[in-house]
Amino acid sequence: MASNFMSVQERRIATLSGHFRGAAAVEEELLQRFPTMAMAPSVFEHVQQAPEDPILGVTVAYNKDPSPLKVNLGVGAYRTEEGKPLVLNVVRRAEQQLVADRSRNKEYQPITGISQFNKLSAKLILGANSPAIAENRVATVQALSGTGALRVGAEFISRHYAKPIIFLPNPTWGNHNKIFPLGGVPQKPYRYYDPKTRGLDYEGMLEDLKAAPDGAVILLHACAHNPTGVDPTEEQWEGIRQVIRSKHQLPFFDCAYQGFASGSLDKDAHAVRLFVADGGECFVAQSYAKNMGLYGERVGALSVVCTNAAVASRVDSQLKLVIRPMYSSPPAHGAAIAATILADGRLFQEWTVELKGMADRIISMRQQLYDALQARGTPGDWTHVLKQIGMFTFTGLNKSQVEFMTRQYHIYMTSDGRISMAGLSSKTVPHLADAIHAAVVGAQRKS
Amino acid sequence: MAGAMAARSSRRFMSTASKSWFGHVQPAPKDPILGVTEAFLADSHPDKMNVGVGAYRTDEGKPLVLECVRKAEEKIAGSNFMEYLPMGGDISFNNHSMKLAYGEDAGVLADKRVAAVQALSGTGACRLFADFQKRFMPESQVFIPVPTWSNHHNIWRDANVPQNTFRYYDAATKGLDFKGLMEDVKKAPNGSVFLLHACAHNPTGVDPSPENWKEISAFFKEKGHFALFDMAYQGFASGDTERDAQAIRIFLNDGHQIACAQSFAKNMGLYGQRVGCLSVVCDDPQQAVAVKSQLQLIARPMYSNPPLHGALLVSTILEDPELKSLWYKEVKGMADRIIGMRETLRTNLEKAGSQHSWKHITDQIGMFCFSGLKPEQVDRLTKDFHIYLTRNGRISMAGITTSNVEYLANAIHEVSKN
Repeated sequence: MASNFMSVQERRIATLSGHFRGAAAVEEELLQRFPTMAMAPSVFEHVQQAPEDPILGVTVAYNKDPSPLKVNLGVGAYRTEEGKPLVLNVVRRAEQQLVADRSRNKEYQPITGISQFNKLSAKLILGANSPAIAENRVATVQALSGTGALRVGAEFISRHYAKPIIFLPNPTWGNHNKIFPLGGVPQKPYRYYDPKTRGLDYEGMLEDLKAAPDGAVILLHACAHNPTGVDPTEEQWEGIRQVIRSKHQLPFFDCAYQGFASGSLDKDAHAVRLFVADGGECFVAQSYAKNMGLYGERVGALSVVCTNAAVASRVDSQLKLVIRPMYSSPPAHGAAIAATILADGRLFQEWTVELKGMADRIISMRQQLYDALQARGTPGDWTHVLKQIGMFTFTGLNKSQVEFMTRQYHIYMTSDGRISMAGLSSKTVPHLADAIHAAVVGAQRKS
Repeated sequence: MAGAMAARSSRRFMSTASKSWFGHVQPAPKDPILGVTEAFLADSHPDKMNVGVGAYRTDEGKPLVLECVRKAEEKIAGSNFMEYLPMGGDISFNNHSMKLAYGEDAGVLADKRVAAVQALSGTGACRLFADFQKRFMPESQVFIPVPTWSNHHNIWRDANVPQNTFRYYDAATKGLDFKGLMEDVKKAPNGSVFLLHACAHNPTGVDPSPENWKEISAFFKEKGHFALFDMAYQGFASGDTERDAQAIRIFLNDGHQIACAQSFAKNMGLYGQRVGCLSVVCDDPQQAVAVKSQLQLIARPMYSNPPLHGALLVSTILEDPELKSLWYKEVKGMADRIIGMRETLRTNLEKAGSQHSWKHITDQIGMFCFSGLKPEQVDRLTKDFHIYLTRNGRISMAGITTSNVEYLANAIHEVSKN
């Protein structure tokens, strides 16, 4: 079929030939040959190419690399010892159950999502005996994984909260810096990571929280801080809680690794439950991307713990107004899988075992990497590799060292020195250790 | 131990802990469309009817999962990883969506100059465009037809884009106010963004004819207006996917660079899976890449990347010739049932002795019929007859079956006979 459209090539030739003739004559001829060609340039002529996302861009670069030695330690997605993605057994079983059930349909979910999923999610993070749940004062909405929960929370805060400004730990997951301002909540940092100790700057954190305005929103990573892997101890959490409550600040927990950090769901929920136990209010964003391996299905929840049931009910109604013009209602598939697992005693039990398996593999990778660096005599104190918790290690390597490792050793990681332990295996640990060693020794030589 | 510590400390903060930060939050009004289903569900009357939300029902009044969807699901379940999709969604899905919307042989596709991202159904596609419009066409307004799907106003409001309206529905004829439409197209500042329903206008069911579309397209060219097509019913309106995309074909033929917000909620029955696509026609491949990258920047702080399952289903169906052919049959089946119900409803109203003209029921197309009933009459339908619909008189034809069509006709006759 002859096309009525001018190809890109033809247009270029036409433009070139136009230089040899009058523009009007060219236009006339073009209109005759291609009467449907758009003569006006696009209204998006001025749109610039956006920069690559710093985290997701790592995988893009990794995919382009033809080297057989390449290792992807960028995005936090779990990999097996064989370097493969993992779909949990319980997830497969739950999914099969759902697909086989022909009484199920694909209708719209309510705006706030699957009710059973919401209740079970709240129970998971707040605890089965949570007084907040018993008193009906938790508003929970299904969300598009952690990102979606944070964004809906941000929009709600910007509309309804007296002090819509949020303090983020320094450093934090890069996307936090975009989600909150776009959701209408400007952000400021508070001290968190101490590069000297590669641990928590506890005193600095408390100072900054005390200096922050009364009523400000405080973002807290519930466990397995991303990107540093540095978490407060239980005593430190109590100290943090006291400061936040004394300043009437609003805690907003980002909980993306429950069960993944220590291997225990309850242990990893300690900080959240500590805050809820004092009767105060908080926001909790939950993600099932990592701990149930549901990444691409976008399964999450936002819970708002309020002081009483009447408030929670009104908050729920207002959350709907945020969600409806964004995506109307959340995707059903992943949340139905999660709800199936959470609701079935046996599946739940098996899930905890698989979850611990993933957490344990990561802990063993930490040990192997530490041992490999010791064996090579790599200069510096590498105990932080063992002390840090969760998916990531904040190596302490700088941007140029990271670039060196990518260039020379095909190690793909974010330029802040963060590596995803989940991307390591016994096979690749030696190669990574070689790369770190070379980068550190090289830097020492330079200085 | 930690709990006891907290309990001790909390007594110091008890009076402050019991004060809510959100005590002042007002209860939100119920969504006018989704609120109807909530009310319906709460009603226990045996004859109740839900002709509110636009979700297809079989002649038994049941939701329908298409056979092609079931087959696709069996094909993929258990064999796929659940890794993150790219921010712009599944590439294969985007390509299939564009081919469906623009035509298999579309020049703009051959030229690789369409930016496409997977979106959260039609709502998500519109919202991505609205946010993009705010960023990259900051001086522009959006013109929205009167009436339209109520959520359109919410979307552009939350994107902070100034809204205006253009005349569309003529209450006197229960058809298109073509003259008013063209006048408002003319009045709008050059280069305005117009939201156009590609087919099966929601809520009226009134569509421009191909001749109308050609005139609209020509006038748009004169005014340099930008057309965003909201296409939520391709295949569902006439039963023919090509025919339902005529408006888009006409605009492309005239050289317009349009955008299209597609939904697979109705035509593939994938409602709760939230599958859609936003595409934007650009000058050339480089610009398409740039525009896509910017759309991704909008998606990343909203939900990072779109959900996998529904997009996989759509791709699986559209790339398998047997499944695709089955889908064409099934979507035509749904469209035919609705067309049949339109005829039956009209016949029943005429049989009931109604003095009004109900010709518009069969003239209108797609999921909805704009009955012409007034809000007070709608309230009576609900109160006296347990029939649930939105107060603008919009009836979802998909909620009508051979067993309840007579009941509906009689009820409408009752409330409208004066």
